Amino acid sequence: MLIETHQLALHINGNSILHNINFRCGEGEIIGLIGPNGAGKTSLLKILAHVQTDFSGEYFFNQLPVSHYNAQTLAREFGYLAQDATAHWPLKVRKLIELGRLPFQGMVSGLTAADRQAVTHAARQTEVEHLYERVATTLSGGERTRVFLARLFATQPKVIFADEPIAALDPYHQLHIMEILQQHARQGGSVIVVLHDLNMASRFCDRLVLMHQGGIVGEGSIDDLLQDQLIQKTYGIELQIFCNESGYALTPWQRHRD
Amino acid sequence: MINRLQNPALYWPLLLASCLVLLITHLSLGSIPVDLGQAIASIWQGNADNNTHALILQEVRLPRALLALTVGMTLGLSGAALQGLLRNPLAGPGLVGVTNCAALGAVITLYFGFAGLSWFALPLGGMLGAALSVLLIFFLAGRQSSILNLILAGVAINAVASSFIALALNFAESPYAMNEMIYWLLGSVSNRSLKDAGIALPFMAIGWMLLLFSRRFLDALSLGEETARSLGFDISHQRTLLIIGVACSVGAAVSVSGNIGFIGLVVPHLLRPLVDHEPGRLLPISALGGGLLLLLADCTVQLISVNSELKLGVVTAMVGGPFFLLLIYRMRNEVF
Repeated sequence: MLIETHQLALHINGNSILHNINFRCGEGEIIGLIGPNGAGKTSLLKILAHVQTDFSGEYFFNQLPVSHYNAQTLAREFGYLAQDATAHWPLKVRKLIELGRLPFQGMVSGLTAADRQAVTHAARQTEVEHLYERVATTLSGGERTRVFLARLFATQPKVIFADEPIAALDPYHQLHIMEILQQHARQGGSVIVVLHDLNMASRFCDRLVLMHQGGIVGEGSIDDLLQDQLIQKTYGIELQIFCNESGYALTPWQRHRD
Repeated sequence: MINRLQNPALYWPLLLASCLVLLITHLSLGSIPVDLGQAIASIWQGNADNNTHALILQEVRLPRALLALTVGMTLGLSGAALQGLLRNPLAGPGLVGVTNCAALGAVITLYFGFAGLSWFALPLGGMLGAALSVLLIFFLAGRQSSILNLILAGVAINAVASSFIALALNFAESPYAMNEMIYWLLGSVSNRSLKDAGIALPFMAIGWMLLLFSRRFLDALSLGEETARSLGFDISHQRTLLIIGVACSVGAAVSVSGNIGFIGLVVPHLLRPLVDHEPGRLLPISALGGGLLLLLADCTVQLISVNSELKLGVVTAMVGGPFFLLLIYRMRNEVF
């Protein structure tokens, strides 16, 4: 396994945020983290991306404890896309993508030919080359997400951690972003993505991890999670389920009434 | 206009050349005309003591010009660094309380008469004050604090420092002591010796190095703290280095020049469009811009002061204050 955790837990100010997390992710896998608001998806993603380091329990990357790696190595292997990623200064798109090369740069050296090639490749992959001279803070939602993904791809990471990358996008751009993530997994990388859209999750992810109240309550394909109405119970909703040979369509119908 | 100036091959020579011109202009200003060439020649030959022109240049004008340049550089650079760190164009060394605490340290040395004991008492007081403010920031806001906590801690520290300065002025032993403190607080680089400059410069230089080395960190930080961390930066470590750099350079600068406000706010703001708003590239150019602006301000001070000398800090405040208001007015609808 590329990523493996045992009994992972997170406490903040005495409150238990995550408990007893045993999570695995192999090479070439795209895993969807789903669950209702406050289930701990983002917290878990931050720990896995090693952005949050105050956890307890064990976390292995490539069979070695994650603390074994230095910050630069992990920065090269892991790509993290934050929820609602924004630029705090009106940077040019080109510069923003180049920031993805920071883990490879020394204190004074500039961009090498390899750096520039990685940037161009990332921009082509996410189709943002024509935005190079635009200012990052004036982009539309779909453009911005693609530019931030390009920044992430410029690092050429092994594992991608994306937090709700398609939450604010129209269907066309949702499909586009999910295709890009899937492509990364098909090329041997791994993707762990937090999703709210159950249809996108079931359509693009190899495996779903269902979270509730800080723990993992179910794991597997959408079929597995629909057994015994697990998804419905966890979210507290009723689903209209349509099915044909190419897969499921899930429509949230009404809240559970007790 | 700005588009054409954005070429680094153009603005660096332009800024350096203006700095040189201003430096020479600054050195030739004063109540007594001095032959610069002759003065420099005799300093070079080592017999400055026998030459009035050389003596004036060495003892009066050179320290003043040198301090205007380096204090300006310190304020411009630390302003750019703090704006990058706090991701807020309204930040500056004054905001987090470093300037006021350095001033408090210096006022205390003046109040208790330590300043007369030794030539390094005043700078030491200023630097201790600046260091104290940094410790207070960490104590109040913690190492893992949010930006808002840091700013609020700065507001609190500023309030406390101001009240203690007021207390010292209130209980000043003699009108003379009070005068001395007030004049010092107004901010100026005149009547300083090369020795004064010599004490402050190494500390400023250490601070500059720490700040310039944080340029990659500031670039990464423009994507947010979490993303910066995912790019391999240890946030609290880098932030500590940066704050030490600010304390070191601003503490040393304020201890020798008094309170000179708004340079750290205005300079990075004006120069930001030249470097495409990139916080890393903004650092060196803000240092040079700060030096340039303070040299210009000090030239102006010398030209318009006729009877009693106008203080440099008063001029920067008169120009900087309205600029600050304009900035807030223009940004009031922007969401941070």
